[in-house]
Amino acid sequence: MTARANAAPAIDMRNVSKRFQTEAGPVDALRPTDLTIAPGEIVGLLGFSGAGKSTLLRLMNMLETPTTGVVQVAGADLTSLGEAPLRRQRRKIGMIFQLFNLLSHETALGNVAFALRVAGVGRRERRERAREALKVVGLEDKVDAYPAQLSGGQRQRVAIARALVNEPDVLLCDEATSALDPHTSLSILRFLKRLNAERGTTIVIVTHDIKVADYVCQRCAIMQDGAIREWIDMSDPRPASPLGQFFLETAKGWTDETVLPDGSA
Amino acid sequence: MFDALVQYGDLLQKAIWETLLMVGITMGVAIIVGGPLGLVLYLTGRGGLMERRWFNEVLGYAVNALRSFPFIILLVILIPVTRFLVGTSIGPRAAAVGLSVAAIPFFARLVEQSLRDVPRGVVDAAISAGASYAQIVRLVLLPEAMPALVSSLTITAISFIAYSAVAGAIGAGGIGDLAIRYGYYRFETEVMIWCVIVMFVLVQLTQWLGSWAARAVDKR
Ligand SMILES: Nc1ncnc2c1ncn2[C@@H]1O[C@H](COP(=O)(O)OP(=O)(O)OP(=O)(O)O)[C@@H](O)[C@H]1O
Ligand SMILES: [Mg+2]
Repeated sequence: MTARANAAPAIDMRNVSKRFQTEAGPVDALRPTDLTIAPGEIVGLLGFSGAGKSTLLRLMNMLETPTTGVVQVAGADLTSLGEAPLRRQRRKIGMIFQLFNLLSHETALGNVAFALRVAGVGRRERRERAREALKVVGLEDKVDAYPAQLSGGQRQRVAIARALVNEPDVLLCDEATSALDPHTSLSILRFLKRLNAERGTTIVIVTHDIKVADYVCQRCAIMQDGAIREWIDMSDPRPASPLGQFFLETAKGWTDETVLPDGSA
Repeated sequence: MFDALVQYGDLLQKAIWETLLMVGITMGVAIIVGGPLGLVLYLTGRGGLMERRWFNEVLGYAVNALRSFPFIILLVILIPVTRFLVGTSIGPRAAAVGLSVAAIPFFARLVEQSLRDVPRGVVDAAISAGASYAQIVRLVLLPEAMPALVSSLTITAISFIAYSAVAGAIGAGGIGDLAIRYGYYRFETEVMIWCVIVMFVLVQLTQWLGSWAARAVDKR
């Protein structure tokens, strides 16, 4: 742990903001934000719909370009990289999504091999490594299945294999278990925890489900209106904001006494 | 009924080949020029990978302008161009010029729409895997849109089989021409009927082939 604490952060964002120009005018999806995540951490981004969680996450691999600020991930400043170096850097940053986003015309193997193919890995090697990655997520018997032939949980496993096949330092998860049943969700979250423990992969998890954050994350950012309201240490959660308190109450289970974050009963 | 077939069989056969030639050239040009045009419309459009607002607007207007010409008027306007390209303004090769010019924007818009229907998240996943734009087009957009692209091709082919018959009005050759010259001007009703039957069969075959191909490439 001490070695890690001294190491360069896995993710370091300085004064990062994102403003979308829309027909209805500008939308500040993320207000100027600082954030540092150490290698090997599992961090949650928690908040209601529209809080800016996805925006913040998508800035971490430049799926969105920041309006202001500097984004350093896995040892490089993404905001100053050219096209080709940015693409190479992205291989160190895996990402999974709520709706899996698999290629429907490729088999499970083809989908995983895609991440190697774009990196220029030869056909034989990428098939071998893709097969290996599918084995790691427990899908060795579904190698030749198309996404349409797989369950939601199996599709997410394929997506995880695709994200991990390049052995990334960082894994970004955008509501990765929101479309799955509790049983499947838990087994996938357990897998992510093991991944973190065994490979030291830094994981950032966007969710509006406190159970997910409670089970997996070491600390959580509570987000609202495009800003991080507070950080909560999940091993000893003592939220100060009404929003943070509401989320924690939710983890224990709602009662008639639960106070809504806007103060109403 | 079949007497006419015996009497005009050769003419009908020639007309079928001329129609196939016209539609074949038209489809070739639609794919080679209209396809990339549709891709560019998609890529430079709103939220596209290479969004270029102004360029896209101008291109969009040009495509719409071309599409808004009534087909027969387009053919007439293009006569000088056709003379220059083919050396004559009659016959299937000449008609193919007008047909092609009409087919380019027609197919381009269908391609654009087919690409739009590829879920944005799939493209996001490809970007985060480190894919380049060229790789995204080649390995994600085109194959993911393939069933829709095949359907677009089918629609274009069927539309331009019909248009090729319209071109018969200015001496394009082909089945439409035969129908007008014999069926209409010479009151050979049976020739007219045979022409309609042949058109019907052509359209059905195209549809059948297109549906089969679309199913074959669809893994969803
Ligand atoms: N591409 C975009 N164009 C315009 N506005 C956007 C865009 N993406 C996000 N926004 C806006 O930015 C704000 C934050 O969106 P974001 O997707 O980050 O929220 P979120 O916390 O992930 O919500 P959810 O839980 O619903 O996924 C919202 O108001 C949203 O409408
Ligand atoms: Mg979101």
